[in-house]
Amino acid sequence: MIRVSDVHKIFNRGKANEVNALDGIDLEIKDGEFLVIVGSNGSGKTTLLNLVAGSFLPTSGTIEIDGNDVTKLPDYHRSEWIARVFQNPLSGTAPDLSILDNFRLAAIRTKRKGFSIGISDSFKKNVKAKIASLGMGLENKIEQPMGTLSGGQRQALTLLMSVMDTCKVLLLDEPTAALDPRSANIVMQTADKLIKEFGLTAILVTHNLKDAFVYGNRIIQMVGGKITKDVDEKNKSVLKQNDLFDWFA
Amino acid sequence: MDFYLSTLIQGLCLSAIALGIFISMKIFNIPDITTDGSYTLGGVVTAKLLVLHQPVFVVLPVVIAAGALAGTATGLIHTKLKINALLAGILVMTALYSVNLEIMGRSNIPLGNFPSIFNIVNFSSDPDRNTFWIVSIFAVVTTLIIGYLLKTDFGIAMRATGNSESMVRALGVDTDRMKIIGLALANALTALTGYLVTENQNYADISMGIGIVITGLGAVIIAETFINWFRTTSVWFSLILVLSGAIIFKFVIALILSLGIDPTLLKLVTAVFVLLIVSLPRLSFKSSS
Repeated sequence: MIRVSDVHKIFNRGKANEVNALDGIDLEIKDGEFLVIVGSNGSGKTTLLNLVAGSFLPTSGTIEIDGNDVTKLPDYHRSEWIARVFQNPLSGTAPDLSILDNFRLAAIRTKRKGFSIGISDSFKKNVKAKIASLGMGLENKIEQPMGTLSGGQRQALTLLMSVMDTCKVLLLDEPTAALDPRSANIVMQTADKLIKEFGLTAILVTHNLKDAFVYGNRIIQMVGGKITKDVDEKNKSVLKQNDLFDWFA
Repeated sequence: MDFYLSTLIQGLCLSAIALGIFISMKIFNIPDITTDGSYTLGGVVTAKLLVLHQPVFVVLPVVIAAGALAGTATGLIHTKLKINALLAGILVMTALYSVNLEIMGRSNIPLGNFPSIFNIVNFSSDPDRNTFWIVSIFAVVTTLIIGYLLKTDFGIAMRATGNSESMVRALGVDTDRMKIIGLALANALTALTGYLVTENQNYADISMGIGIVITGLGAVIIAETFINWFRTTSVWFSLILVLSGAIIFKFVIALILSLGIDPTLLKLVTAVFVLLIVSLPRLSFKSSS
């Protein structure tokens, strides 16, 4: 469970360009909940996601994950619970490293990166089988640099990498914003499948109202650093896509 | 001494610094100027300890630790004080000048009569061949250690740090710590070259490190050209190319000097040569596209 309590985030405090990005956010996300956050640019949705991830710390308020107060914990410690997919496909993978190296690192996300060689034949086999499940034909390219793949392929692999190690929370920051419609579809379907299969708690930030309508079992809208709408599973199922468009009217 | 053999020995001495620059520049993407200072530091500590009659098994670890300490200083300034890596390196390099002078107590130490590693260990009755075997062993052992390290889980995290910082942090790696360790390692290797060169030339000098970063860089850029050419992602093959880069670099410089160019122009020749190998691939790209 993720609990965000009275969180404020002010950028450039006291300067002319001061931004009140988050203005008292209270949010509780239950285990297994797939929360979709929509909102205009500058509404604070990505800031909220980054605060949960620990990319930066809140100005005030507390954040808990699984009952642990993580408010002051840096991002690389929160990886114990959290896996991330970034908006930019380049951010979630290391382009010059082979696909195999990328997967090895992902497979020890919550563990020590020790001085032993972790890539064994059985590990390779395991990675190949996992990648084959995507049906993209990438399983025979695991020695290739990640950078030789397309953005869509990289996002799909990033998703797969997030469940290589124990994962409780999956953060998706506009994962399809840089992709063509077909790749975007594959990535979102893969995400949905993995979230259900592994029972992940997930947060999706998106500008795509169709995705917001199709995926997830709870949706919130943010405006000016505040949560203005919060629709739970029961009500989201009867929500129509046009209702979402009306939110932005 | 035979021209080829002595150049080969000098090239092999450079292999450690080339590996160091490969780590800081190519793996961590950090232009580390500390190198000039930590190379001299390696030489200076070597000379000082030899004058104090310390055995090899004391000198070598202390030299490596001294280099690592210099790199750690640069790493801390860069990551914790958020100072540009280039500036952090220049600051530490400048400070090291005084440290080096302080350690030596004067501007150079000749080591004529002190036993060096090259006459303690004997593989061959010919002293030059003996030196060759010893520096070869150093080159091979450092390459094996660095190669193994880069293949480990820790090494993958290292390689990813300079490649995609956001990813590595999301995968639970403290990138600041990683950069500090990387710079420490790079400068430890640099100091090791300082040790070998000092032992080989039989003296340490306060100005021995001026421009050495360019030499290391030249070796790495030659290696990189080949790495791109072969499109290799293999760690071992890349390291062997770095080693070759160091030797090729020394040979080109030695050949240029043997054409009768004034040795006072050595640094100028080196700089121009590095400029050439950096710019040539770009120039040829331009004409072809």
